[in-house]
Amino acid sequence: MSDKLAPGATVTGAQSLIRALEAAGAEHVFGIPGGAILPAYDPLFDSVRLRHILVRHEQGAGHAAEGYAAATGRVGVCMATSGPGATNLVTPLADAHMDSVPMVAITGQVASGSIGTDAFQEADIRGITMPVTKHNFLVTDPADIPRTVAEAFHIAGTGRPGPVLVDVAKDALQARTTFSWPTELHLPGYRPVVRPHAKQVREAARLIVESRKPVLYVGGGVVRAAAAAELRKLAELTGIPVVTTLMARGAFPDSHPQHLGMPGMHGTVSAVGALQRSDLILSLGARFDDRVTGQLSSFAPHAKVVHADIDPAEIGKNRFADVPIVGDCREVIADLVVAVEAEHRAGRTGDYEGWVRDLAAVKKRYPLGYETPVGSLAPQYVIERLGRIAGPDAVYVAGVGQHQMWAAQFVSYEKPRTWLNSGGLGTMGYAVPAAMGAKVGRPDTTVWAIDGDGCFQMTNQELATCALEGIPIKVAVINNESLGMVRQWQTLFYNQRYSNTDLQSKRIPDFVKLADAYGCVGLACDSPEDVDSTIDKAMEINDVPVVVDFRVHRDAMVWPMVAAGTSNDDIKLARDMAPVWEDDDLEGGAA
Amino acid sequence: MSKHTLSVLVENKPGVLARVAGLFSRRGFNIDSLAVGPTEHDEVSRMTIVVDVAESPLEQVTKQLNKLVEVIKIVELDSAQSVARELLLVKIRADAATRGQVLELVQVFRGKVVDIAADAVTVQLVGNADKLADFLRIIEPYGVRELVQSGVVAIGRGARSITDRSLRPVPVPAPPAAV
Repeated sequence: MSDKLAPGATVTGAQSLIRALEAAGAEHVFGIPGGAILPAYDPLFDSVRLRHILVRHEQGAGHAAEGYAAATGRVGVCMATSGPGATNLVTPLADAHMDSVPMVAITGQVASGSIGTDAFQEADIRGITMPVTKHNFLVTDPADIPRTVAEAFHIAGTGRPGPVLVDVAKDALQARTTFSWPTELHLPGYRPVVRPHAKQVREAARLIVESRKPVLYVGGGVVRAAAAAELRKLAELTGIPVVTTLMARGAFPDSHPQHLGMPGMHGTVSAVGALQRSDLILSLGARFDDRVTGQLSSFAPHAKVVHADIDPAEIGKNRFADVPIVGDCREVIADLVVAVEAEHRAGRTGDYEGWVRDLAAVKKRYPLGYETPVGSLAPQYVIERLGRIAGPDAVYVAGVGQHQMWAAQFVSYEKPRTWLNSGGLGTMGYAVPAAMGAKVGRPDTTVWAIDGDGCFQMTNQELATCALEGIPIKVAVINNESLGMVRQWQTLFYNQRYSNTDLQSKRIPDFVKLADAYGCVGLACDSPEDVDSTIDKAMEINDVPVVVDFRVHRDAMVWPMVAAGTSNDDIKLARDMAPVWEDDDLEGGAA
Repeated sequence: MSKHTLSVLVENKPGVLARVAGLFSRRGFNIDSLAVGPTEHDEVSRMTIVVDVAESPLEQVTKQLNKLVEVIKIVELDSAQSVARELLLVKIRADAATRGQVLELVQVFRGKVVDIAADAVTVQLVGNADKLADFLRIIEPYGVRELVQSGVVAIGRGARSITDRSLRPVPVPAPPAAV
């Protein structure tokens, strides 16, 4: 829209909305028009600052906004009409809510006079999304549009980030109003604590130097807070071993000798064992999720906990915190560095030598690995080669299931914001649209969606968007013709009764033809010898999206594994195979 | 499990009650009673919520409530340091023969007759939960035709006010520079 509008000149509510999105700094909007939001699409057509990307399904718009936000750290924006358009956003909103992704969703609503009458395409989207958004608004007065948009972006992007929905009644979009961007916001109940309490930080530093078996338990908050540099400083200053959760892969370099890998249900033996036997857990932006702790009552029984999070409600929610620290992870970690340095200057340093040595031995003894099946392709091998060839600068976006775990395990992450996935909600279908959003946000970066054949079939319609809008993502379909993770559980816990997990995706659909039909390049690969050349070929194509159908072994399983509800102490390396702990393992003794 | 009384100051905006009620149900917390009304500030409403939880879930309740953008402040009112009242309106069967006895009991409890009919009296009674329960037990033999009770409202003792609060606005951060 034009900047030359005189102050106080009247505009429509729709124009006000578009100007507000521009003023909030939005540059990309993923969406689909429809009746109630239609007025907004008219001025959007003229906007030079906002690029609208017309998706094929609102769920795609939502995940694209998430991928954009997760890859760039900026607030992602999506737009949909009332009723079904809005309800199709519910899954991505819930996903963003669980994984603390900053995004703003704009939805049209039926005219204010019709609200509550079951009008055509009416849904109470504000009521529906209350439990799955950080906050939401219904706007019926056009004068409220700029302030509401400003509040929505502020709430989405500050504190613990999250999704905010702004529902705007059609008559508010059509009415005349004036546009004025607020200079301050009145949110008396919203004051996120960013600066940590100095006394708590000093207490944490004291525990750090007193402990013998500490672990840095790093969660997604470190990525959201852009605190990777501070984390590395703290880790190297103290020498404390690091584990990065599924949401934090990339927050600390995998190549770093202090890194033990991912903890949790499919974590490494060393990461799970380190938490389990530690005497001090330094939780940074993590939330003691059940997939990390396993059976809560037997999790890390001897550990004191320093729990730092920007959301006070996370602290002590699942595990008692001996030292709670509320604050932004970047500030907390930076302050911890200063406090630990002060301890060191006073002659108090931690002695973790035995602990570090024991963990290194466990890490060496139980590396991540997989079986190479004869005559077929190991999915882990495909993902490992993909990570090697595309390298640490590429962005990897996974769906949900076995391929997601392998992508978390076998790609080596060196930098934050290079690993995107649906962690909390576990949304199948996340990968393709989120990769699209990531590529829009970082057009010069190679973006690989690592998807499963089940996930891929949930949202692959966005390939049309990618092809037409010039968003050349790459998709590796790890095709084991199954709902693989569910099948794995059926193998382990349901006597190999494979009820409804056989997708027959090696037969139907033909993913190469499907890619071709969508204007993408389709490739297929079913033998280990062709993996590198196929990936190389995909890497060379930069003008259109590429889909590679990797036809892999269907019985591969994700290991190690802590079965749901069991103790982390019962981690298995493979079926009926537990790691062997030597007597002095992880005792951290000086001998 | 024990009862805790929370005073919750919220922005007086549509949907706030739904947010609070929804939070309680989806986090699995039980509300014993809830009362909402205006305060001395037009833009602020006050909820008095009685919850029946143990100490550590109570902390989760207040933290989760505090996350709601429209919740401004939460104070737990200790029963020794606060005054809690609820209102009871009850329609008691009372004809010419029993009316005198009923009115006498109402008097003892310092209740007030707000309506009277040939075979019933409607009584208003204010007090804490124990007093109301005692009254109901005493008049029960006469026959309760209908009753309605408010949630608890409570206020701290002494001169201090929980609504002394800052409403300082937040500056709008500058958007990232346009490309």
